Amino acid sequence: MQGTNGNGHHDGNGWLLRVRGLTKIYGEPDPTTLESTGPAFNSNICPRSHAIVALNNISFDLYPGEVLGVVGESGSGKSTLVQMLYFDQDPTAGAAHFRAVDEGQTNLFALSNQRKRQARNHLLGMVYQNPRDGLNFGFTAGGNIAEKLLMAGTFHVGRIRERSSALLTRTEVPVGRMDETPAAFSGGMQQRVQISKAIANSPPLVFMDEVTSGLDVSVQAKVLDLIRQLQRELGVSMIVVSHDLSVIRMLTDRTLVLKHGHVVEHGLTDQILQDPQHPYTQLLVSSLL
Amino acid sequence: MVEDVKFRASYNFAFIDESTKKEVRRKILKAVCIPGYQVPYSSPEMPISRGWGTGGLHLTLSLIGPRDVFKIIDQGSDASVNACSLRQFVKRMTGCEVTFDTASATLIQSRHRVPEEILTDKQILVLQVPQPEVLRGVERYEFKTRQMHAEADYAKIWVSLYEAYVRFGTMMRGSGYPIRVNGRYIATPSPIPRWDVPNLSMAHCLYLFGAGREKRIHCIPPYTKVEPLEFEDVLFHVEAFPGIRCSASGEDNAYLDEIYDDEGNRKFVINDSNFLDKVRSGPRPSQRLFTNPD
Repeated sequence: MQGTNGNGHHDGNGWLLRVRGLTKIYGEPDPTTLESTGPAFNSNICPRSHAIVALNNISFDLYPGEVLGVVGESGSGKSTLVQMLYFDQDPTAGAAHFRAVDEGQTNLFALSNQRKRQARNHLLGMVYQNPRDGLNFGFTAGGNIAEKLLMAGTFHVGRIRERSSALLTRTEVPVGRMDETPAAFSGGMQQRVQISKAIANSPPLVFMDEVTSGLDVSVQAKVLDLIRQLQRELGVSMIVVSHDLSVIRMLTDRTLVLKHGHVVEHGLTDQILQDPQHPYTQLLVSSLL
Repeated sequence: MVEDVKFRASYNFAFIDESTKKEVRRKILKAVCIPGYQVPYSSPEMPISRGWGTGGLHLTLSLIGPRDVFKIIDQGSDASVNACSLRQFVKRMTGCEVTFDTASATLIQSRHRVPEEILTDKQILVLQVPQPEVLRGVERYEFKTRQMHAEADYAKIWVSLYEAYVRFGTMMRGSGYPIRVNGRYIATPSPIPRWDVPNLSMAHCLYLFGAGREKRIHCIPPYTKVEPLEFEDVLFHVEAFPGIRCSASGEDNAYLDEIYDDEGNRKFVINDSNFLDKVRSGPRPSQRLFTNPD
């Protein structure tokens, strides 16, 4: 709970990542699109233009060392949110400022492609739901981690192998299997390799997009345990996207609840789970096993 | 000869029409200005199939003049069927003098080899390139490889070298070893052996690379720095032939072919046929040798 005071409120200045008005629309919107979609209309598809509003004017701050959960049903825009922050997609509108880039003075989305790539390689990490999105299955597990290290300018095979072994040990992947391709690994191990890759350059911010959703329950628990441990040890900030409230409960300090591209509720995770205000959140919490 | 002259009269000099030559020359100039950058060009149809040296021929025929002396090499040899056919074609279409002698040629077209003999500032070497995109092995989409070149995003090719090292214990690449040209673009030197790669750096001559099927030209201008990619602790090596000598000349400092004679005995012979002739018959031609790091 670093960065928060006793009441869970932030002073507003110490943020690591500040997102304002983030909007993403797929298709050709018309002027009424943003006003005619959202939870009140129970749809994110514009009835007139049929444009899809994945995210509508999302704003939040993330503080150093904090873990922010993003919860919502399929299609609520939660994956789109982290994919835009990781520069996989461009937003339709909005700004994001990141303390590690120009002291937070520059809008990330206005950076040149080179600077985006640099920020992504040095300062950000991403773990995708599907390991095939985050790993190159044509390369070995070690080679995948090497890619991230090479991007950051380590051109020394000995040091690359040393760092990769340390990372794999840390994420409990047998180092002896470092030179096999991830295709030969179990789903849980593939996710561990992805996590190793994401933290390879010790970035201050890591995104986790439905990391455990494809894993069976016993493996889920172990991977979540690992993520929690790593987060505590490295003090890294995270945005964790999940539809699974138990993941949110286990990992996050604060939570945004998304529905049809809108934030319907946000606050401390414990508070949201104990005392959900919005009907949608109440439904989510009551359906928790 | 009379037949050739009559034949030539029905075509433009050097087969290709002048406006197409102008297009190719312009793209050569652009390639010279941006060393290592692949310049797209409008690759014209030729009376041979794409993949048989059309890119090299486009460059050769756009550059050749009546006073040029032309030499063609196919995998080190002047006498292979391919080399003979292309030499005959160029001779027929231009009436130029042709030669086997590396030193007296002004324009040399080659496939898979750079001559052992040092080329001078009066010479141009044209290399036929099957695949000009050095990143093709790691990225299948053209729009992505172009973006990667534009942003100098070369981590993936480095990973492929790392993977080769992990798998084989050396920076194994039989041919087409990736090079950084003039400190900027990473390019392929066409499928020449690693042995030839050091010859590309700070050379006196102009190196042109033409890929007819892929419609790309790239270039290493004279006196341009060319570095094979290497890690800080795993360095570039050329092929080593420890204790092996050429069975025809007794030489050991040249790129050797492994061959088997009629009795099935394994032998090594210098691959560059003109170089072999010269070391057998007279003084050793000037040659640039690379010393492998230990």
